[in-house]
Amino acid sequence: MLELLQRLGHKTLSRLAAIGRAGQVLVQSLVAAPQPLVMLPLVLKQIYFVGVLSLVIIVVSGGFIGMVLGLQGYTILVDYGSEQAVGQMVALSLVRELAPVVAALLFAGRAGSALTAEIGLMKATEQLASLEMIGVDPLRRIVAPRLWAGFICMPILAIIFAVVGIWGGSLVAVDWLGIYEGSFWANMQQSVDFYDDVLNGIIKAVCFGVVVTWIAVFEGYDCIPTSEGISQATTRTVVYSSLAVLGLDFILTALMFGEL
Amino acid sequence: MKPADDSIIDVQGLSFSRGERAIFDAVDIQIPRGKITAIMGPSGTGKTTLLKLIGGQLRPEGGKILLDGDNIPSLGRRELFEVRERMGMLFQSGALFTDMTVFENVAFPLRVHTELPDDMIRDVVLMKLQAVGLRGARELMPSELSGGMARRVALARAIALDPDIVMYDEPFTGQDPIAMGVLVNLIRRLNQALGHTSIIVSHDIKETLGIADYIYLLSDAKVIAQGTPEELADVDSEQVRQFMQGLPDGPVPFHFKAPDYYQDLLQEL
Amino acid sequence: MRMRTVEIGVGAFMLAGILALVVLVLNVSGLNLSEQTGGYKVYARFDNIGGLTPRAKVAMSGVQIGQVTAIRIDRDMLMAEVEMEIFNDVDYLTTDSSASILTAGLLGEQYIGLVPGAEDEILGSGDYIRDTQSALVLEELIGKFLFNKVSE
Repeated sequence: MLELLQRLGHKTLSRLAAIGRAGQVLVQSLVAAPQPLVMLPLVLKQIYFVGVLSLVIIVVSGGFIGMVLGLQGYTILVDYGSEQAVGQMVALSLVRELAPVVAALLFAGRAGSALTAEIGLMKATEQLASLEMIGVDPLRRIVAPRLWAGFICMPILAIIFAVVGIWGGSLVAVDWLGIYEGSFWANMQQSVDFYDDVLNGIIKAVCFGVVVTWIAVFEGYDCIPTSEGISQATTRTVVYSSLAVLGLDFILTALMFGEL
Repeated sequence: MKPADDSIIDVQGLSFSRGERAIFDAVDIQIPRGKITAIMGPSGTGKTTLLKLIGGQLRPEGGKILLDGDNIPSLGRRELFEVRERMGMLFQSGALFTDMTVFENVAFPLRVHTELPDDMIRDVVLMKLQAVGLRGARELMPSELSGGMARRVALARAIALDPDIVMYDEPFTGQDPIAMGVLVNLIRRLNQALGHTSIIVSHDIKETLGIADYIYLLSDAKVIAQGTPEELADVDSEQVRQFMQGLPDGPVPFHFKAPDYYQDLLQEL
Repeated sequence: MRMRTVEIGVGAFMLAGILALVVLVLNVSGLNLSEQTGGYKVYARFDNIGGLTPRAKVAMSGVQIGQVTAIRIDRDMLMAEVEMEIFNDVDYLTTDSSASILTAGLLGEQYIGLVPGAEDEILGSGDYIRDTQSALVLEELIGKFLFNKVSE
């Protein structure tokens, strides 16, 4: 019993220490004199890897999720004779919830795990240590551009996800199920508010982007530099960032739409 | 048995431990300027750790590491990066940046630390690559190089900024005899030609004895012997002789610490 | 050459993001940037506005000619007072126009439908529409229906 308590205490303390180190990594990488000439190409390259290469999975899943929403919404709403509200349902659920959350989950799986593995491998092959010995701070050279790229890409991916999803929903509802196009869009436009819905969704996506990239980069930077350590770190990235996204989503939703 | 008075690195009373295990216990080491100094000892005695301590990547628990009078462990982050520009380090794996060509790898320190125009960087890089005999391989990616070649490229990168100190971490491990010979030659030639101080961490006795001017022998967190290769050959100590001649059993036991063999076998589960 | 593909890719990516945002703003949320071109204010009092909300559309023959900007209680008459903004180019609403709260579909949004009358005078800014018809409240309708049944 005592041993169990001790182990629990030890676990808690080491988690706490990890959170502290994660904060240190974040601050040390981002708080520094800006060097736009050095940073810009590095960030561009990372946006390419993190954002552009995630585009396919985002577009495909966004399209399918929108189509499913259209189909499901139609079969439910048609019972109440208000199938023209499908547009409203598809758009609201995508813009408020599904686009930021699902895009963030996909982002964690596609880009986050890659970031962790890449940085972990750099650590294992002593590339980070060698950067340090050359007199270059790996936090600023390797970690910072990846963080910025993640911050920038995530909201863009979420917006693209939402638009493709709505397009997918309209494809099913309007083109296949024959809802009148005018009422589909008019209903949507009347119920979706720019500030309450679109902007809040984007804020969510920004928060998720920060959290997922931060976790991914930190896990890579902090991993045990062996093949086993890297694989564990990659798993942790996906698990932790998924949990963080879902938990944070509840908090943000409560703050934005709830009466808390 | 005393190193030259003019030492570039002066390690005083260095202590460092990993968990319960002491890696260094009040160790004193002087690295003479402009010479090749070898740090030798069995695996796991913290030879690589010593290099990391000198490079400021680890902080010791006690003692001083003076580089021309600057105590490395007490330096701030920024000063540390400045000091490191005076050091070049050759990592065991080479540690080339896998997303750059050989040329870009060697050019990297120059691009980061100097404002040289591109054509001058090109000249310097080609000179360094010529010195290690790989000028023709400049467009290859690190994944296309053999282990020995990768280490030579890493060496070219380590000397790109003409550092005062070059540290070699196990440069001979896992190399075929030809590559090993090439490296031994390179290290000696570069040391003479460029006049920098070399520190070699190794347990390859023959090669190291061939080029080192001065040798420290580490074991059990202590310096157990030091001197020129000739002096070490004559040291009358079981431990030193075991290591230098590669005997399987001796003061450094063959068996890892364990309870009595028969007791262990008879013990009921 | 490799750096160039990266740059082009990132550029296209950013552009796609901005385009998507524009689509989201204009097509989905229907944020009208030319809203400030504005219009003139017209008021109407209703006994019961049902589920009418601000930003609901004001339509004539189903075509939007303005939107509801505010809803409040008129303290003197103890009735709901709805403030609407009618687009400036709408200059054919007569003073005897009638306003009624209608529902799009069975469960759809509620909006205000205007029907012009026969007067020559045109509604101006700050005028009231006298002839109003309240929202259809389902409970009242059912109540009336039951009452009629009983009285038969």
